[in-house]
Amino acid sequence: MPAPPPARPVTLTVNGRRTTASLEPRTSLLDALREQAGLTGTKKGCDQGACGACTVLVDGRRVLGCLTLAMQAEGCHVVTIEGVGPHHPLQDAVVHHDGLQCGFCTPGQVCSALGMLAEHRAGAPSLVTEDLAADAVPLTSAEIRERMSGNLCRCGAHNGLVAAVREVAESGSAR
Amino acid sequence: MRPFDYARPADVDEALSLVGDTPGARFLGGGTNLVDLLRRGVETADLLVDVSRLPLDEIEEAADGGLRVGAGVRNSDLAHHPLVRRRYPVLSRALLSGASGQLRAMATVGGNLHQRTRCPYFTDLDAPCNKRDRGAGCAARHGASRGLAVLGTSERCAATHPSDLAVALVALDARIELASRDGVREVSADGFHVLPGETPDIETVARRDELVTAVVLPSPPPGRGDYRKVRDRASYAFALVSVAAVLDVVDGDVASVRLGLGGVGTVPWRAHRAEAHLTGSPLSDERVAEAVALELADARTTPDNAFKVELARRTAVATLRRLATPSDSTAGAIA
Repeated sequence: MPAPPPARPVTLTVNGRRTTASLEPRTSLLDALREQAGLTGTKKGCDQGACGACTVLVDGRRVLGCLTLAMQAEGCHVVTIEGVGPHHPLQDAVVHHDGLQCGFCTPGQVCSALGMLAEHRAGAPSLVTEDLAADAVPLTSAEIRERMSGNLCRCGAHNGLVAAVREVAESGSAR
Repeated sequence: MRPFDYARPADVDEALSLVGDTPGARFLGGGTNLVDLLRRGVETADLLVDVSRLPLDEIEEAADGGLRVGAGVRNSDLAHHPLVRRRYPVLSRALLSGASGQLRAMATVGGNLHQRTRCPYFTDLDAPCNKRDRGAGCAARHGASRGLAVLGTSERCAATHPSDLAVALVALDARIELASRDGVREVSADGFHVLPGETPDIETVARRDELVTAVVLPSPPPGRGDYRKVRDRASYAFALVSVAAVLDVVDGDVASVRLGLGGVGTVPWRAHRAEAHLTGSPLSDERVAEAVALELADARTTPDNAFKVELARRTAVATLRRLATPSDSTAGAIA
């Protein structure tokens, strides 16, 4: 096996703060956040892009930290759950609606929902949207379920999560 | 994960030179498939050349009424684009049916076309796989074969092509633009992926040093289009069977029809035989069933995946029936 390419400094802007860490190219954004930046709110679930627990926002888009190389995020604005809370209206709504039990998937759920709500405000349709050409899509429970299908919850708190997202979307307080 | 180096070139020419000069170099798009496969040791690379931030992210109207889609456009941005939603609903729905919101926001158009099969033996380093290791053998044929392809298979491989996007592209007669240091060439989407034959490790006509730079959509075919995907759960799963269809009925007869099939082929499958059988005749469920039977006449099945033949028939019948019913607003009209 060849010697690993040397680690080199990578500067990330996380939650508005610039941090520089010495990273190997194979380091995922998820590992860089947790192990270099000390931001352990973002969770490592499957580490293979199946569960959504590592969802963070990169330049406002919801992405999976486990399948993003840290170097790919260089120069981008990364927002983790630490940059969202601690009392964002969506977080309060998740608590209020019992949208969690063990809490492991919750940071990813919240970041994913914030990215999803931004997509929805921009007029994005989903697979269950009847009229693709419509400018605005009502955010029904079916729409929320389809749009949030990339975030698994093994405790089965999905109903509470859907209620929380719906409440926040209707109140317009998720921005 | 085996170590690799990483480079982010400033422009396309630098990217082409980097990969052209480095035998172990690979282009990196959104990373949704390649990073996972590198971590599992299924793929290897000495150098990843990140093309995801090159200026290949434009969607432009072409003079012929079509669209030119940069290969770096994210799947979600293409699916959400107003012109795609209005003129190519089959493409928008195909994209929206794939993966999850996060993965669509990451995945690029070019990378999607290069994604690898989800045959479980391909990613199981303890199982023989001709696609991963030419000549090693195939654990799938006599193993868990429910997800395998039934069309375009060979003795060596029956792995299903996983892309939804590509199924819509073959139905739309899209062209794929490939660039290397030797210049630029275009191939048809239908000819981009190659059958496994004796060399299932070779999946496309693109050489290692060729970069997909754009997908060119000709002006939309007449009629209404839709993409219907059948899978084990309602969202976030690969297709058992999918149908991309654009149907134009004039005076009761099928004036033109485009049919692409996903989940059944080793490549995204353009159903030319079925289209020929349907064109020029009135549309009926029976006629569609005959057409799909013709298309699947050469299907090679196992006891576990033989259901796909019947499922393809039912899915095609349902999709075309809905497209032929103008009052049904659930299928998008093409402006």
